[in-house]
Amino acid sequence: MKFSIERGVLVKAVAQAQSVVERRNTIPILANVLIEASGETVSFRATDLDIEVVDKALAQVEQAGSTTVSAVTLHEIVRKLPDGALVTLTDDAGKGRLTVEAGRSMFSLATLPKEDFPVMASSEYQTTFKAPAPVLRRLFDKSKFAISTEETRYYLNGVYMHVADGEEGRVLRCVATDGHRLARIDAPLPAEAESMPGVIVPRKTVGELRKLLDDDEAEITVSVSETKVRFATPTITLTSKVIDGTFPDYSRVIPMGNTRRMEVDAGDFAKAVDRVATVSSERSRAVKLALEEDKLVLSVNAPDSGAAEEELVVAYADERLEIGFNAKYLLEIASQVDRENAVFMFNSSGDPTLMREGNDTSAIYVVMPMRV
Amino acid sequence: MPALCRNCLHEFESGARCPKCRSPRVVAHDELWDLGIAHMDCDAFYASVEKRDRPELAAKPVIIGGGRRGVVSTACYVARIRGVRSAMPMFKALELCPDAVVIKPRMEVYAEVSRIIRARMEELTPAVEPLSLDEAFMDLRGTARLHGAPPAVLLARLVRGMKDELGITGSIGLSHNKFLAKIASEVDKPNGFAVIGRAETSDFLRDKDVSIIWGVGGATKEALDRAGIRTISDLLRWDEAELVARFGSMGLRLFHLARGQDTREVKPDRGLKSVSNETTFDEDISDIDLLDGHLWRMAEKVSGRAKAKGIAGRTVTLKLKRADFRLLTRRVTLTDPTQYADKLYRAARGLLDHAVDQGPFRLIGVGLGDLLDESGADRSGDLLDPDAEKRARAERATDAIRQKFGADAIIKGRALR
Repeated sequence: MKFSIERGVLVKAVAQAQSVVERRNTIPILANVLIEASGETVSFRATDLDIEVVDKALAQVEQAGSTTVSAVTLHEIVRKLPDGALVTLTDDAGKGRLTVEAGRSMFSLATLPKEDFPVMASSEYQTTFKAPAPVLRRLFDKSKFAISTEETRYYLNGVYMHVADGEEGRVLRCVATDGHRLARIDAPLPAEAESMPGVIVPRKTVGELRKLLDDDEAEITVSVSETKVRFATPTITLTSKVIDGTFPDYSRVIPMGNTRRMEVDAGDFAKAVDRVATVSSERSRAVKLALEEDKLVLSVNAPDSGAAEEELVVAYADERLEIGFNAKYLLEIASQVDRENAVFMFNSSGDPTLMREGNDTSAIYVVMPMRV
Repeated sequence: MPALCRNCLHEFESGARCPKCRSPRVVAHDELWDLGIAHMDCDAFYASVEKRDRPELAAKPVIIGGGRRGVVSTACYVARIRGVRSAMPMFKALELCPDAVVIKPRMEVYAEVSRIIRARMEELTPAVEPLSLDEAFMDLRGTARLHGAPPAVLLARLVRGMKDELGITGSIGLSHNKFLAKIASEVDKPNGFAVIGRAETSDFLRDKDVSIIWGVGGATKEALDRAGIRTISDLLRWDEAELVARFGSMGLRLFHLARGQDTREVKPDRGLKSVSNETTFDEDISDIDLLDGHLWRMAEKVSGRAKAKGIAGRTVTLKLKRADFRLLTRRVTLTDPTQYADKLYRAARGLLDHAVDQGPFRLIGVGLGDLLDESGADRSGDLLDPDAEKRARAERATDAIRQKFGADAIIKGRALR
C-alpha cells in the first residue's frame, strides 16, 4: 500500500478515529486504525467494539492495500507536521512497518496485521431516514447534559431517541434523565422515520456524533435497528451499538398540572444562580428560590462557608413559594435557553418543576427540587 | 522523685510502697507531674466485658470471635498465655486452647461500655480522640487547675473508677506526645501505668525495633530492611534529606519519630471515614436470594449506625470475598447522599446483581462512605422512583416504632431470608 494525502485532510480523518479508540485497553489491535487504500480513496476505520467510525478521504493512491497502525501515534505525528504538507504513507508488509514521510520528516511505525482488526458485523437496518445536521445537533446538544453516569442504571447512560406524539403531531424525540433532571427535545418527524424503533444512544456515541454535526448544510443519513444505530455523512460513517435496556416511561414524570408560572430572563437568572452559589458548600450546592409577586429572591445559606442573596425581577402572579434546587441543575437547564425567556412551572416545594423556553413545548426540562 | 499511689491516689516523694495504704502499685517518675498527653487502652476489652457479665468465666480462657470460620477478635489474658492472638484463625486458636470458651461478639454491649468510658474521659478533657471502641488519646495539658490535680492523678483515678465501677481494666501511657503515649500504654500492660519522660525519650527508643513506629507495616518494614534499618538507632544515623529522598513523606515522619518528636494534635473528632458492616457465612453462598437477605440486614445495620451518629454517605461500597479468598469491591456514588437503609440497600443490590455470577462467596459487606452531616442528605427525590419517598416515610415510621418497642418490634420480610 502506498498513497499520498494532504496533511489537513489526513488530520481530520485520523482525529475522528483516534477519539473512538479507548486510551486504556488491553487488546493491542483496538489501539490501531485500519487504513485501506483503493481507487482514489483511503478509509480510516477505528473501533472500541461498541462504536465503529469509518472516515473516507481522497488521496493519490499509488498502490492499493491495507494495514493497521496506532491511531494515537499516527494522529500525534500528523498533527505536528507543518500545514499544507503532502504526506506519503507506505506500508512495508514484510517488515511490519508503515513509513510516514512528509518533507524531510520520516517516521516508521509498527503495524499489526489487518486480518486481526475487528470489523463490526453489518446489520439489517429497519429504518433509514435523512435529517439536517442542525436538527440532530439540537436534539442531542439540548438533552445530553441530563444523561446519567450511574452505572447501576445503565439504561439511563444515553439519550433515548424515538418517535412520539408531540403537541403538533408525530415527532422525532430525544430524552435523557438521571432521575434528578430530565430533558425532552422534539423535532419534526423526518420523512421515512415513522417506523424507527426507539433506541438508547450511549453517551460516548453522542459525543462522537457531535463531530459529524458541525456543518449546517450537511444532511445526515440515520439508520436504526433494534441493536445498532448508524449516522453517516458522505465521508464519515459512525456505527454504534445501542444500550440494551428499556428506557423508563418518562411521560409519567413530566408534570402537566403545574400552575404556578414564573417567567424570567434566562441569562440574568443563570448569572444570579451562579453568583449566589459561589458560597454554597462544594457538595450540596443548594439554592433557595423564594417567590412572591413579580419578585424572586435567590439565596444560599451554608453554615460553614457563608450566605448570599440576590433579588431578580420576574413575572409571577401566584402565591408565595419557597423551593430549593441544586444550583448545577438550575444552571444547566437555564443555559439551554437561547432565544426567549425561561418559563418555570412550579407546583409545591416537593414536586418536580418544569422549565421551557417561552411557550415552546418542543424542548422541556424537568428538575427535581431539594430540601433547603 | 514524684510518686503516685494508683490504689489510694496518694501523692508522695519516692518509695516502692505507698506510705499511706502500703500498696505496691506505685508509679514514680521525675516528670510525673509535668506530662499531659495520654493514651488509654482497655485490656482485652471484649473478653473483659464478657468476664464481667459472666463471673464464672473469670479463670477460663475466653475467646471472642465469630462462627466456625471466623478469626479471633479478642483473647483474654488466660488464652493469650496459651498463645492465642488477635486475628488468628479460630481453628488454630482452638488447637492451642481446646478448652477455650468461644463467645460471639456482642458489639452493642461493648459499644455501650465504650460510650460510658468515653464520657468519663470527656469529663477530664474535651480533647479525647478515640481510636476504636477500647482505646483513645487524651490531651490533659492545662487541666490541672480545673481539676485541682495533675494529669497523672486524673488518669489513675479514671482507670481505678473503670475497674471498680465498670469492671474493666485499662492501661495508661503518659508522655509528651501521642507517639510515645501510645507506646507507653503497651509497656506495662495489663492494668498498667507507664511514663516516658522527655529526658529518657531517646534512651527509651534507641534499641526498639522500627516496627514500633506507627505506620511501619509490612511494605515499609521491608523497604527499611533493604536499607539496613532495623532499629531506631539505625534510623538515627540517617539525615533528614536522605530519608526523604528514599522514603518520601514517610521518611520525614521516620526522621522525627525516631527522635521521639511528634507534633500531631489530639483531635477530638477524628472524623469518621465510613460506616460499614460485613459478615462471613458458615458456608459459601452463591444464591442471590440468600445474599439479598444478608444484604438487607447489613444495610439496616449500617443505616442504623449512620442515623445514630447523625451522618449520611455519598458512596455505597459492596464487598464480596470469593470462596478462593479473592476480594471484590464495587462502589457507586449516589447523586443524593443518604442514610436510609432502603436507598443503601438498593444501590448495593444493583452492584450485587453485576457481581453475583462470580460467586460463591464466603463474605459479604456493605459500607457507606464519603460521609457528611445528615442535614445534607436525602434532600432530593428521584423522578423515576416516585415511591422512594413513600418508602422513606415507612422507614422513618419503622425507626420510630423500634425506638419505642425494640429492634424486633417490626421487621421486613426481606430480613428473614
